[in-house]
Amino acid sequence: MPVTAPAQEKDGDAVSAPDERSGSDAERDQAARGSGGAPAPTPAGAQDVDDIDDSFPEESEPRTFGDYLSRWWTQIRAGQSGVLPVVLGVILIGIIFQTQNPKFLSPGNLINLLVQGAVYMLIGMGEVFVLLLGEIDLSLGFVAGIGAVVVTELVQPGRDWPWYGAIFAALVVTAGIGALQGTLVTRLRLPSFVVTLAGLLGWQGVMILLLGEGGTIPIRNNVVNAISNGTLTRLGSWLLMAAVVVAFAIVQIVQDGRRRASGLAAPRPFMTYLRVLLVALAGVGLVALANVDRGVGRFVLRGMPIVIPLVFGVLVLWSFILGRTRFGRYIVAIGGSAEAARRAGINLAWIRTAAFTLGALSAGIGGLVYASRLRSISTSFDGGTIVLYVVATAVIGGTSLFGGRGHPLHAVLGGIVIAAIVNGMSLLGLSAAIQLIATALVLLASIMVDVVVRRRGTTTH
Amino acid sequence: MTTSTARSRSSGAEPLLKVRGIRKSFGRVDALVGVDLDVPSAQVTALVGDNGAGKSVLVKTIAGIHEADAGEIYFEGQLVHIHNPRDAAHLGIEVVYQDLALCDNLDVVQNMFLGRERLVRGLLDEDSMERAAKETLSSLNVRTVRSVRLAVENLSGGQRQSVAVAKAVMWNSKLVILDEPTAALGVAQTRQVLELVRRLADRGLAVIMISHNLNDVFQVADRLAVLRLGEMVGEGPAAEFDSQRAVELMTTGRFSGDAGRNSRGADAGNGPGAGEGR
Repeated sequence: MPVTAPAQEKDGDAVSAPDERSGSDAERDQAARGSGGAPAPTPAGAQDVDDIDDSFPEESEPRTFGDYLSRWWTQIRAGQSGVLPVVLGVILIGIIFQTQNPKFLSPGNLINLLVQGAVYMLIGMGEVFVLLLGEIDLSLGFVAGIGAVVVTELVQPGRDWPWYGAIFAALVVTAGIGALQGTLVTRLRLPSFVVTLAGLLGWQGVMILLLGEGGTIPIRNNVVNAISNGTLTRLGSWLLMAAVVVAFAIVQIVQDGRRRASGLAAPRPFMTYLRVLLVALAGVGLVALANVDRGVGRFVLRGMPIVIPLVFGVLVLWSFILGRTRFGRYIVAIGGSAEAARRAGINLAWIRTAAFTLGALSAGIGGLVYASRLRSISTSFDGGTIVLYVVATAVIGGTSLFGGRGHPLHAVLGGIVIAAIVNGMSLLGLSAAIQLIATALVLLASIMVDVVVRRRGTTTH
Repeated sequence: MTTSTARSRSSGAEPLLKVRGIRKSFGRVDALVGVDLDVPSAQVTALVGDNGAGKSVLVKTIAGIHEADAGEIYFEGQLVHIHNPRDAAHLGIEVVYQDLALCDNLDVVQNMFLGRERLVRGLLDEDSMERAAKETLSSLNVRTVRSVRLAVENLSGGQRQSVAVAKAVMWNSKLVILDEPTAALGVAQTRQVLELVRRLADRGLAVIMISHNLNDVFQVADRLAVLRLGEMVGEGPAAEFDSQRAVELMTTGRFSGDAGRNSRGADAGNGPGAGEGR
């Protein structure tokens, strides 16, 4: 029996032969209705209808820099503003504080600000994975506290664990807490809000128990203390930055070149080089700032604080997991539509549990940095406030509380905003009360940007 | 009115999918009471019926979401046991659900490969997936999608449906089941999607289309199968039906103009209940 040849020809983007379609159409209609005389209208001639919509071939790549700018502007107006609002917000905050106190944008203060924000950024990068699912983890503040206590206790004289062993143990413990809470959420289908609220209370209790009556335990391990207080040498800062920029350039150029070679949409070469140039300039700028002496009085302090490359490393690694692995893809998919993900054969329980685990592991890293910065850990550790700031950093950066949209970069940008507000306000000598109110307003503003601007991007069906 | 030998397009010999005597009950409710269905390759088989006729249950049984209580399913002439959606996918049966099952926040490529991503050295192979997605879309003449890197939430209803259908054919599928593919679409978009459905059959795939809209059905279907209260009350080439007959079969289970139970090519005029109750 003659079966119509499948239309396998791969037409390019140009208008593809509609004739073969209408030909087979006619045949079919004849065959189908010839005897029965069904009254149905035939789809022959339908071609001209969808030609109207077909007038968009695959979007072509802009030619000039101006074209790129105008495409970008179109996207922003369509609601795909990405991280632009938060970047503008940072600039605005910078201008406001700089006019009030010229120390705000000094190299030393800018570097301090990054270091101050590091804890929020690190925990926030973990929270992003949970928020992406459409869940929330309120326990991450005190999970960070548990991590801090475990490291501190293990390096105490008497136990004398090596620093790497203590850090590894702390991360295993915090990841285990995440896995436990994640299991309760996914297997028993308990709401994450409640499970992690219990965590917020319970882990604080555990932390106090572990710390005992003393209240404050100092860290005497130099390596652990150096995480937040140490700096690279000036030369080391330059070398590390150069290595990162070169690696970035190679990845970008190879990747774009491969896409161009295989005929996929890729930025024009000058855009690739422009991007590399911008990253290089940012790197040079950051190292130049860090290498200025920011010590007080005759005490000299310069070089890149180790915690900055640490945050950067976690950012790169977490972004990589989110963007380049199945696990990351499935987290985003579950946040978008859990039902679609389930039908696609994705193991929801496993992915969700793993996301909670990754979140708590990130919190462990944050706790480590926290304790290292204070060179101690005490029962006054306020994980409740920290976790609220952490959720705020993610949301300010552009992560949705409803799931499906988020990126570790959001936590870093949001962390800069929060740290800038706290830092700027205290430079101005404003009270904690004013700081809290200002942070609240920024959080509200960011969620308004989220709802008002980004909602415009979705079509109503 | 036998098995439509007049059809140039009918594959003749063995239908791709043969369902025999499928029964399915939920508690005391009998959803399917011994249903037979033939689905040949390169044809669109429309499955019509009123609400509660058992269309969805039948399709879900074929797709492995429900397991039948009794009856057999033959695929490519072999007796098969479909216990879950994975078994169905393994055979080459893909379902496009009414609510599409797309993730709005993922782009077209990511949706088309969801759950079956291609990897190189353990990492997502975006370039090769993008290329394959574009090839599939253009082989189906879907060129309404501006960029395959656009998030699905930015697409119109017709475009989303096209993506969902393209997703179903990517996997060397042999049978594509469409659940109400044109529900909630405008006129032009409905037409686009129906054209796409037609193209699937032209490529040699077997297509089952569930629809309430007889207009749509008569535009694209080669065969009709009419369910009523869990029973197959009429099945045959679309040419043997017209709207009136289909509606009467759907609502009363018989047709005043000819034999009542016209199950699978029973000859016209031998139905015992012809005209009964009219």
